[in-house]
Amino acid sequence: MITLHHVRKSFGDEVRIGPLNIEIPKAGITSLIGPNGAGKSTMLLMIGRLLKMDEGRIRVANMDIASAKSNDIAKILTILRQENHFITRLTVRQLVGFGRFPYSKGRLTKEDEAIISKYIDFFGLTDLEHRFLDELSGGQRQRAYVAMVLCQETEYVLLDEPLNNLDIARAVQMMEHLRRAADELGRTIVVVLHDINFAARYSDRICAMKNGQIAAFGTVDEIMRPDLLTDIFETRIEIIDGPYGKLAVY
Amino acid sequence: MSTLDIGFATGRGADGGPRARTTGAFRARRDARRYWLLLLLFLGVGIAATLGLILYHNPVTVDSPSFIPVVKRRLTAVAAMFISALCHSFATVTFQSVTGNRVITPSLLGYESLYSFIQTSVLFFFGATALVRFSGTGAFFLQVALMIALSLILFGWLLSGRYGNLHLMLLIGIIIGAGLNAVSGFMRRVLSPSEFDLLQSRLIGSVNNADAEYFPIVIPLVLATVLALFLLSRRLNVLSLGRDTATAFGVNYQAHVLLFLVLIAVLMATTTALIGPMTFFGFLVAMLSYQAAPTFDHRYVLPMAFAIGFGILTSAYFLLYHVFHAQTVVSVLIELFGGIAFLTVLLRKRSL
Repeated sequence: MITLHHVRKSFGDEVRIGPLNIEIPKAGITSLIGPNGAGKSTMLLMIGRLLKMDEGRIRVANMDIASAKSNDIAKILTILRQENHFITRLTVRQLVGFGRFPYSKGRLTKEDEAIISKYIDFFGLTDLEHRFLDELSGGQRQRAYVAMVLCQETEYVLLDEPLNNLDIARAVQMMEHLRRAADELGRTIVVVLHDINFAARYSDRICAMKNGQIAAFGTVDEIMRPDLLTDIFETRIEIIDGPYGKLAVY
Repeated sequence: MSTLDIGFATGRGADGGPRARTTGAFRARRDARRYWLLLLLFLGVGIAATLGLILYHNPVTVDSPSFIPVVKRRLTAVAAMFISALCHSFATVTFQSVTGNRVITPSLLGYESLYSFIQTSVLFFFGATALVRFSGTGAFFLQVALMIALSLILFGWLLSGRYGNLHLMLLIGIIIGAGLNAVSGFMRRVLSPSEFDLLQSRLIGSVNNADAEYFPIVIPLVLATVLALFLLSRRLNVLSLGRDTATAFGVNYQAHVLLFLVLIAVLMATTTALIGPMTFFGFLVAMLSYQAAPTFDHRYVLPMAFAIGFGILTSAYFLLYHVFHAQTVVSVLIELFGGIAFLTVLLRKRSL
């Protein structure tokens, strides 16, 4: 369980995030949605200890992320940001192999190699494993990054807009992979999404944010309501029943 | 992977059959072979040029009793080349990885400006005799200590607390360097030509500036620092992925950056005080070593950088002294080529 207690963060005098109080349960996919500047990424980065909070407490699996040792946190929680630029050229396999760092400290064992292979295969990158990242397409590269953080084998996986810059086919493929990671590997995935319909189709819970506050948190059915979404996005949004569940039309 | 001698990644065996899938530092066996060949080549060049520097045009034969006293001066120069190659290569590669930027050098932190400021102010305030006498162990370690102190203040102030920003630190380092340069430039303007000439020879790096009396302390200090960097290189690999990724992998970014910068400061301060400033040498060496060692793994890049640096220094001195019979300071040439390489990379990348 991820617990946020009275978490606040301000950027200057104008932008204030919080107080955020939320309990994200274990297992499944939780999507963070909301308009630009609502604080979705800020909340995700604070949980992933990439951004310091001003006030409050965050606990992940009963570990206080502000005081626990970074390496201990790295065994239960990982985070992937939107933009990843590395100065060195890495092959897919080398990149994914970095995910084992919290355990092996760079000395990969046979077990590590097997785990690395498992995640490369899981994301369908087997034939590309010795390609350099700059030789891949955007979708393949994004899959390699997600494979890297899953290879860390943490219970909690935080992803900041993993569908950014992906076309529809690549985005669907990515969400299918995440769904399988949650169902087959039992991961708890928290993901920032921009598309409400992707959130509705693939997640178990949705957390909607607006103006630095959590506006609503619940199951897909509880959040996919026209009045609620219209209010959050300040745009007229209708909900219709589609073949795969509820669909937002705007 | 715990051994250094493998280091290649294999997807398929030589017979085309499937092999155990492993993660190596190099993409292919071919790359690994090329790496070891180049490493041996550069080390070979370095050793050959070293032997050349010691033995070539030496009127005394090796078995003569006066051989050792005669080569002593040459040995000192070679040892200085060894130290400066080690310092510049390790410091620059580490610095570029820590800062995540391959077009900057640790000279940006202001060591060289501080060095030239100290030298110039000794001459300016106390005269030429004082500058000539401003050598010896005391003066040497005073300068090393001042340079390390400057960088510690800079790192400690800017990397902790609310500033916590590497780029701000670099910027302030550049500004301090520019300020010191301006002040020493002003002082130089009012010197007499003969004093200026004396100063100039100190301000361009030369292995002949090195004094063997510092070696008993300098060599262990440099070797220990380099060994520490080499042992920490797996962490450096992760650190080079940037702050966010390194943190996600459980590396305490701030503390590690500070640690690496302190080690870099020790190396840069030592070599600058021993030999003098060489701004572009480290850059040239680092740039060539990325080409010769196509891997993320610093356990391979760092030794390659040293081999290239040592090879360049020794062969440049050998060629200049014994082939071209020029007594020009080699650093002038190295700075020229390093500067050209720097501009080429900058123009080709079109961005920092």
